Amino acid sequence: MSQINRLNSKGRIDCDSPINFTYNGRQMQGVAGDTLASALLANGVNLVGRSFKYSRPRGIVGHGAEEPNAIMQIGSGAATVPNLKATQVELYEGLESASVNGWPSVNFDLMSITGWFGRMMPPGFYYKTFMYPAKLWMTYEHFIRKAAGLGSAPVQDDPDHYDKLNQHCDLLVVGAGPAGLVAAREAARAGARVIIADEQNEFGGSLLASTNSIDGQPATSWVDELVAELNGFSNVQTLPRSTVFGYYDHNFLGILQRRTDHLGISAASGSRQRLHRVRAKRVILATGAFERPLVFAHNDIPGVMQASSVSTYINRYAVAPGQRMVLFTTNDNAYQTAIDWHRTGRALVAVVDSRPAPNGQIVQEVKDLGILVIAGSAVIEAQGGKRVKRALIAPLNADGTEITGAVQKLVCDLIACSGGWSPAIHLSSHTGAKPVWDQAIIGFKPGKSVQQERSVGACGGTYSLADCIAEGASAGAEAAKLVGCGDGAVHFPMPQVEEYSEQPPQALFLVPHTKATSRAPSQFVDMQLDVSASGIELAVREGFKSVEHIKRYTAMGFGTDQGKLGNINGMAILANALGQSIEQTGTTIFRPSYSPTTFGAIAGADVAGLFDPERYTAVHRWHQQQGAEFEDVGQWKRPWYFPQSGESMQDAVNRECLAVRNSVGILDASTLGKIDIQGPDAAEFITRIYTNSYLKLAPGKCRYGVMLKEDGMIFDDGVCACLGDNHYLMFTTTGGAAGVLAWLELWQQTEWPDLRVYFTSVTDHWTTATITGPNARKVLAQVCDDIDLDQDAFQFMDWRDGTVAGVQARVFRISFTGELSYEINVPAQYGRYLWEALIAAGEEFDITPYGTETMHVLRAEKGFIIVGQDTDGSMTPADMNMDWVVGKNKSFSFIGKRSLQRSDSVRADRKQLVGLKTLDGTQVLPEGAQVVFDPQQAIPMSMQGHVTSSYYSANMGHSIALAVVKGGHSRLGQTVHCPLADGRTIAAEIVSSVFYDPKGERQNVQ
Amino acid sequence: MLLIHCPHCREDREEEEYSYSGEAHIVRPLEPEALSDEDWGDYLFFRKNPRGIHHEMWYHAVGCRRYFYATRNTLSYEILETYKVGEQPQVRAQGAVQ
Repeated sequence: MSQINRLNSKGRIDCDSPINFTYNGRQMQGVAGDTLASALLANGVNLVGRSFKYSRPRGIVGHGAEEPNAIMQIGSGAATVPNLKATQVELYEGLESASVNGWPSVNFDLMSITGWFGRMMPPGFYYKTFMYPAKLWMTYEHFIRKAAGLGSAPVQDDPDHYDKLNQHCDLLVVGAGPAGLVAAREAARAGARVIIADEQNEFGGSLLASTNSIDGQPATSWVDELVAELNGFSNVQTLPRSTVFGYYDHNFLGILQRRTDHLGISAASGSRQRLHRVRAKRVILATGAFERPLVFAHNDIPGVMQASSVSTYINRYAVAPGQRMVLFTTNDNAYQTAIDWHRTGRALVAVVDSRPAPNGQIVQEVKDLGILVIAGSAVIEAQGGKRVKRALIAPLNADGTEITGAVQKLVCDLIACSGGWSPAIHLSSHTGAKPVWDQAIIGFKPGKSVQQERSVGACGGTYSLADCIAEGASAGAEAAKLVGCGDGAVHFPMPQVEEYSEQPPQALFLVPHTKATSRAPSQFVDMQLDVSASGIELAVREGFKSVEHIKRYTAMGFGTDQGKLGNINGMAILANALGQSIEQTGTTIFRPSYSPTTFGAIAGADVAGLFDPERYTAVHRWHQQQGAEFEDVGQWKRPWYFPQSGESMQDAVNRECLAVRNSVGILDASTLGKIDIQGPDAAEFITRIYTNSYLKLAPGKCRYGVMLKEDGMIFDDGVCACLGDNHYLMFTTTGGAAGVLAWLELWQQTEWPDLRVYFTSVTDHWTTATITGPNARKVLAQVCDDIDLDQDAFQFMDWRDGTVAGVQARVFRISFTGELSYEINVPAQYGRYLWEALIAAGEEFDITPYGTETMHVLRAEKGFIIVGQDTDGSMTPADMNMDWVVGKNKSFSFIGKRSLQRSDSVRADRKQLVGLKTLDGTQVLPEGAQVVFDPQQAIPMSMQGHVTSSYYSANMGHSIALAVVKGGHSRLGQTVHCPLADGRTIAAEIVSSVFYDPKGERQNVQ
Repeated sequence: MLLIHCPHCREDREEEEYSYSGEAHIVRPLEPEALSDEDWGDYLFFRKNPRGIHHEMWYHAVGCRRYFYATRNTLSYEILETYKVGEQPQVRAQGAVQ
């Protein structure tokens, strides 16, 4: 097919540079400067999709972000992009495009059969029809999704890169039409740092398709000069192809810059899209306006278009999207489309104007061209299948509510419509400014500013070009002055602009039909989601009154076009149905994003390995070389277990567990949080934070402590060592380190600033190697000769300074396994050296590296809790059977102490920590399993607790579990049951939570 | 995203440098044991949730690691002032008791 609709005029395209592309597999040709939409129209393609709900044929309606119908899948494979608007896709060589709706094809759509019973799909259809039985919803949903879906997302990883740029500026100008360009120029001249962004491929906004002359030259020449001037400023950043998609708090805005989308489906190099995160001191919104469609019967047939879009295709892209046009308008402004069409030489059947006696300057000029103007009439219905064939017109009464005469047919294939203009108030709405109705422009204008912004030009309801330029200039100068640049005076030489003086437009939100709205052929308000005027009226009859409810019930404005075209008509129809004014009815609030924004750009480079920081210990590489499997603990990568060849995880863990109890194991404990605490009041401070006292802890000694939140619930635990006078080292859990430091700082800074105490995180400064097992002392003795390791000289809960493998070290004799243990701390840069020295020293004892899983099993055998696993923020020390850690005689009421006496904290039926021993020792309970007392009771059962930790213990020869059970401490010996999701019920006996070495004797091995 | 002035760093910094730490000016009772369960419960759990002016605590977690107070309008998210622990707000809700 050739470009049958391409005109000989120039526009902004280059007819000498053909571009090949495909549409639904067909080869086509466009030219440089085309959008996909203009190229399709040039090729005579107008039918581009099927509607969402009724599968009605739909054609191109608009020329930009407002387009509801021409939604395309671009490209194929991993880089394919769904749901782009053809009106915004710049053509490039080899572009592949396909309609997203229509099965098996847009021209023959089996789903359109639903069009026949479209009346049976009113608003709320899905809610009403598929509500019962609930269990079938999944089945219904499968088919509904298939029928209603838009494009398909790629299943492969995105091959492209995206990046982000954080920026600050004095002034961000949104929109580079006449008002925005002049505003940026004025502010830049005054010395302000300006960013100006526009979603189109080139600056100029509406002037790119304008036939206006400015200072006696074409408007586009004036634009070119202005853009060149802006580019000459070093304090101006110009961002074409950049959509400001969201306006957030405190003048923070998001800009999506499409850097390479116009060159190909995937970036050849560099990033495809960039997210600018801009903090602007001032913002000028110059986002223009959208032409409002007219709502008449079957106004969705391909060939019904926006008048301004028809002009844009003619003037900018040299495309006439039809052969015989009827122009239907309520205002003077759209007469320009008649003049533009007339110039193409194609047939202009008539201008149908709803106003009784239009007599503006431009109306006269159109009449002078010999064009038929039918006043006081409206197009009440379009007829045709996949293309408009006829327009039915009829005379209207003066206020446009009733048909007053006979219907006549006009043969045509294009109906250009204009219902006036709606300011693009989206970004202003994002700030929370409440839009206000202005009867003079028959539209909502931005409300009172709540942020440092101002709307100028058409988005503020100013439509005259000269006024837009003047407003832009003064706003630019004003913004510059507000940020301390210039005196606020306008220096821009105001150009001479030729404009028609316009007569008032008419408000016509719903064109009457010979039948009532409920009986007339569908009059579409929101094309993308198939919302019709009768649907809105029905929703009102069903009792909906609020505009926000109607929006959700009918889905009006929920499409990817956010109702840019149809919303105002919908609200006016709603207001009429409710018998109130539009002002009373109000408008729905636009929210980000202004137009769809790719997840890729929002994620930027923060994907895969860069999604979250990863922390490695100094020994990490050694663990990798040993083939360790790793586990995430917070951001840390910790060895989980060290499988030898052929071993399963359980095999490896069993071997590691036995090795520790029978000889010696080694654990990388470097990730434990470490906070260095110093100051004359350090002991007092720590004693207020922990449940037990540190006032008498001598240098060289350690103590295990638990800290509570003020509500009495366990928050963290660990050992705290006295390093010297006024100097302590606090160990925290791996995951809790940052939270504990913030907690200490909170109390010191806000409640006890009089206490002289200072905190420093030293977690990363140290490598901690824990050697544990009956042979631990023998291993340490091989590499340490300046610490007396004698059982009585270096006791449990002591620490010593010394030299280990030639490295200055702190050695702590503390234990999380119940075995004789030494936690050896050296500066992290010696970490791997120390580790390998210990491995060598332990060789004759078959020293076994073990990971977190074995650590968990060994501590569970001893009944040692892990905060966050066995506790969940609702457990007191008493619940954990750890009353011994709570100091009863401390003079200061430590954090959480008072709460331990609350009536709820002393209930007898609190969940309490116990051991569970399954009656069948080979069964390992799942962690999280619910505990019940009577497995025969009716569902829902009365849940009495849950399993917090559960393992197979190779040392015990059976499974072990820790659980919290209501009143558990007084239930030792009772049998409980754990019903599982798979139908099994496992019985277990409540036992002591200490399974292994209950007297703690192994600690004292000689 | 909010732009918050740290009264210690004396700079406007992005919200992501801070963490929110709840209502400001909550004083820990000097003698907790002397309080009834109800009074202690009020201190522990009950917080204001005003529509409008709110005094709240923020923590400059990845900056100076200092806590400070802010007066924020919960409707507009406007931050009217920030001030140091130990200082009193200059802006108060109408009718608020000093």
